[in-house]
Amino acid sequence: MTATPAPERDGEPARHRVGARLVSSTADERASDWADKLWSAVRAADEYWAQDVVTGALDAGLPPETVLLEVIGAAQHRVGVEWAANRMTVAEEHAATAINDRVIGALPVRRPDTVLGKVTVACVDKEWHALPARLLAETLRLRGWQVGYLGAQVPTAHLISHVHRTGADAVCLSAALSTRLPAAHAAITAVQAVGVPVMVGGLGFAADGRYASLLGADAWAPEARAAADRLAAGPLPAPRPPHQATDDLPHLADQEYTMVGRTARSLVRETFQRLEQRFPAMAGYDDAQRERTAEDIAHIVDFLAAALYVDDCDLFAGFLSWTGEILAARGVPALSLLPALDLLEEQLRDFPRTRRTLDAGRAALGPAPDPETLE
Amino acid sequence: MTTSPDGSRTSVVSVTSAPCPVVVVDQGGHVVELNEAAAGLLPEARVAETLTSPAWLADAHRTAGETRADGEVGEGFFSARPSVLPGGDTAWWLVEETAHRSAVQELELERERTRFLAEASSALLASLNLSRCMEVTARLAAGRLADAAVVIAPTGAKRPPMVVCDPQGTLQHSTVPVGAVPTVPGLAEALQGFPPVPSRWIEPASAPDWLVPEGFGEVGSLAITPLPGHGVPAGALVLLRRAPRTAFTESEEAFSGLFAARAGAAMSAARLYAEQNTITETLMRDLLPPALRQVQGVEFAGGYRPSVDTDRIGGDFYDVHPPGEECADSLAVLGDVCGKGLEAAVLTGKIRNTLQALLPMGDDHARMLRLLNNSLLNSRHTRFVTMVMASVRREDRDVLLRLTAAGHPAPLIVRGDGGVEAADTGGSLIGVLPRITSRTADIRLAPGETCLLYTDGVTEAKGGPLGDAIFGEQRLRRVLGECAGMPAEAVVERIQMLVAEWVGDGRHDDIAVLAITAPKGAHLSAVDGTTAGRYTA
Repeated sequence: MTATPAPERDGEPARHRVGARLVSSTADERASDWADKLWSAVRAADEYWAQDVVTGALDAGLPPETVLLEVIGAAQHRVGVEWAANRMTVAEEHAATAINDRVIGALPVRRPDTVLGKVTVACVDKEWHALPARLLAETLRLRGWQVGYLGAQVPTAHLISHVHRTGADAVCLSAALSTRLPAAHAAITAVQAVGVPVMVGGLGFAADGRYASLLGADAWAPEARAAADRLAAGPLPAPRPPHQATDDLPHLADQEYTMVGRTARSLVRETFQRLEQRFPAMAGYDDAQRERTAEDIAHIVDFLAAALYVDDCDLFAGFLSWTGEILAARGVPALSLLPALDLLEEQLRDFPRTRRTLDAGRAALGPAPDPETLE
Repeated sequence: MTTSPDGSRTSVVSVTSAPCPVVVVDQGGHVVELNEAAAGLLPEARVAETLTSPAWLADAHRTAGETRADGEVGEGFFSARPSVLPGGDTAWWLVEETAHRSAVQELELERERTRFLAEASSALLASLNLSRCMEVTARLAAGRLADAAVVIAPTGAKRPPMVVCDPQGTLQHSTVPVGAVPTVPGLAEALQGFPPVPSRWIEPASAPDWLVPEGFGEVGSLAITPLPGHGVPAGALVLLRRAPRTAFTESEEAFSGLFAARAGAAMSAARLYAEQNTITETLMRDLLPPALRQVQGVEFAGGYRPSVDTDRIGGDFYDVHPPGEECADSLAVLGDVCGKGLEAAVLTGKIRNTLQALLPMGDDHARMLRLLNNSLLNSRHTRFVTMVMASVRREDRDVLLRLTAAGHPAPLIVRGDGGVEAADTGGSLIGVLPRITSRTADIRLAPGETCLLYTDGVTEAKGGPLGDAIFGEQRLRRVLGECAGMPAEAVVERIQMLVAEWVGDGRHDDIAVLAITAPKGAHLSAVDGTTAGRYTA
C-alpha cells in the first residue's frame, strides 16, 4: 500500500489532515499485516517460517525499528493476550517467546559512526520475562547506543559489577510483575549508590509508572520507544546521594512487609492446611490440583507482600481482579479465591495495613456470595 | 555620675570610665561626647561635628530604631549597640569582635570544606570504574577548587586518557597527544606516582593548548597536582584558574591536597578493581558455560544456574563440540563435579580440557570415559564426576543420538505426542573406581522432539509453594511432556524457570540443563541462529 491522499471531495475542509492521517495508518497497517504473518509462524512454533516473515518485512522496506516493535513486539503482545484468554498453554507461550527472541537476531546490526553513550539493560532479579528488555536493548542499539544487555533475572551483584566494569551512563531495569518490586527497589538503590541513574519500565511498575517514582527511579518509560526517546532527550538526572532504602518507604517501619515476607512459606502452608480442614471437597483433589491450589495461595501471599512493600492496596486488588479474569477464562469462578483471603486474614489479624489490603482484594473480587451457595 | 554639658541631666554611667569605646551622638548626628578609647579608635570624630566615619555607624545612627550595627574600623571589626540617653542623645557602645569574627569566618570555611570533602568522598567512592572516577574528580575540582580541571590517568599507554571539565561543567574525554607528557613540567613525575612530588605551579603562558579547555580565555594560574595512589600511580590533576585570579593561598593549596588524596585513593581502587576484574574474566572465560547455537541442523540450548546466585561458575558444566575430522558427529557433554563453588569449577575446567583433547575418539564413548577415569584417578583431586555424553547427527529431518550416562541421571526424551521416556543408558561414575562400565543407548528424534540432559540440581531442588517438597523426576517428566514440539531454547527456559520458582529464595545445588532438539519447520537448510548468553552482551 502507498500513502495516497483521500479522493477529492467537494468543499471538504482539512483534506490535508486526512491524507496525513492516512500516511501513518498505512505504515501501521503494513506492520500489522506482517505481525499477523509472524503470529501464524510463532503459533506454529516454526522458527524458520518466523525468520522468513521478519526478513520479508525488512525486504518490503519496513524500518528495522518498526519490525522490531510493531511486528515482533506486536506478535509478543498477542502471546500474552492469548495466554490470558486460555487459548495458549504456558509451554506454548514459552515456545512463542523463544522464537520471537530468536528472530530478533535476524534484524540488521547497525554500527553507528558515533556512539551516543553506554546503557545497561537488565531484568531485575527473579524476573523471567526478558523480551520487553530485549526489545528495548535492540531499539537502543538500532538508534546508536552501546548496549550491555544482561537478560532475565540478573542478580543485583552481577548488575553492579557490570556497571563498574563498563562505566554505563545509565541503567534500564525491567520488571513485568509487581512481585519483583522489592527486588527492583534493591537494584535501583544499588545502581544509584554507584552514581549511575536508573530508568525503569515494565508493567511491574504499574501502567502509569507510579511505583517507579515511589521507589526513587530517576526516570520511567511505558515502552521501548518512549524509553529511547527519553535517553535521546539528554542525560538522566544524577541520582540522589546514597541513602537508606527505608527513607523512600517510611511505612516499612511497621514491619508488616518484613513479617509477611519472611513467613510467606509458612503462611501458605498454614492457609493450605486450614483450607483442607474447612473444605472436605479438597480431599478429592489429585496431587496436581493440590499443587495448583498451593501455588495460587503462594501467588496471593507474594502479591500481598508486594502491596505491603509499596503500601498500595490497589496493587493487591488489581492482582486479584486480573487473577479472577484468568480463572474465569479457565472456567473457575473468581470467588473461589475468597476463602484463602479469609484464612490469611485470620492469621494476620494483628497487622492493620495487611488487613486493609486483604479487604481491598476481597472487594475487587466482587460482592460477597450468599453464604448458602457456598455450603 | 556625669553631668551633661547643659548641667540639667544626669546619666547613670560614666562615658569616660566605660571599659570600651563610647561615642555619644545627638539626634542631629553631631558628636556630643567621646571617651578616650573612642577618640583613639575614631581619630576623625570631633565633638560638635557630624559623625561621618565609620560610615556604617553614621548610617545606623540615622536609621531610627536600630538596635545593633557592625562593621570595620581600621584594621579591626567592631559591633556597636546604642543606648538612648534621657535627653534624646544616643550613646553608641563599641565592642571589638575582630578575633571572634575571623574565627566565625574560619569555621564557616572549614565547615564548607568538610562538607565538600564528605560529598567528594561519597561521590568518589561510589564508583569502581576508572573513567567515571576521573569524571567525578574533574567535575568536583572544577566546581570547587578552580575554574577548570583536567584529570590524566596513569597508564603505560603512549596517549594517556584524560578528562577535561570546563567552567560550564561540561565533561570531555580525550587523550594526551603522543609525546606531550614530558613537555609539561612536573607532569611526568606526577603521573609516575613515586617519589612523591608536591603540587607544581607552572607559568600559565607556557600551558600547552591541549591542556586548556576551548574558549577558556587567559589562564591566570595552572597547577599540576599528583594524585597519591597508595603504592600504585593514580594520575595527575591539573587545576586552571582564569586571569586575573592567580595562585592559590597556602590554605587553598593544603585543601586541594586533601581533595587530591581522596581522588587518588578512589582512582587507584578503581584501577585495581579493573585489573583484578580483567584477571578474573580471563581465568573464568573457559569456565563459563558456553553460548550454544545450532550445529549442523540440530538445535542445542543450555542453561546454567550456580548454587550461589552471585557466582557465575560452579561444579556443573556442559559443552557442545561440533564435528571434526576424526569424529563425524557433534559431541554434547553435560556433567556434575562433586562439590560446589570455585574449586569444583576449576575441576570442571580440567575435565572439559581433557575431553576436548579426547575428541578424536568421540565416537567411542566407553573409551573416552575410561581415559577420563584414568586421568582423574591419577590426579591429586579426590573429587569425582558424573556425566552424560551424546553423539549427535542429523539424518534427513531426524536427529540420531548415541547417549551414555556415567553415574548420572539418564537423559529424558520428549516425543511428539508428549510422551516422556528415559534413555536406556547407565554406567559407573568417573574418578573413583579403577575399572568402569557403561551402556550406550541409541535414540532417534523426529522433528520437534527433544532430548534433555540435566544434573540432579533439577530433580533435587527443594521448595515448592509449601516449601518442603522435592522437585523430583516425576514433576520433571510432567513438565517436559508439555514441551513437545518446542524449540530447544524454550524447553531450557521453561525448565529453568519452573525450577527457579520452585526453589524461590531457598538454597539449591548447581543446576544445569542441556536440550538437544530436532528442529521443526519446513526448511531443510540449517539457519545458524545465535543468541547471546544470559549474562553476556
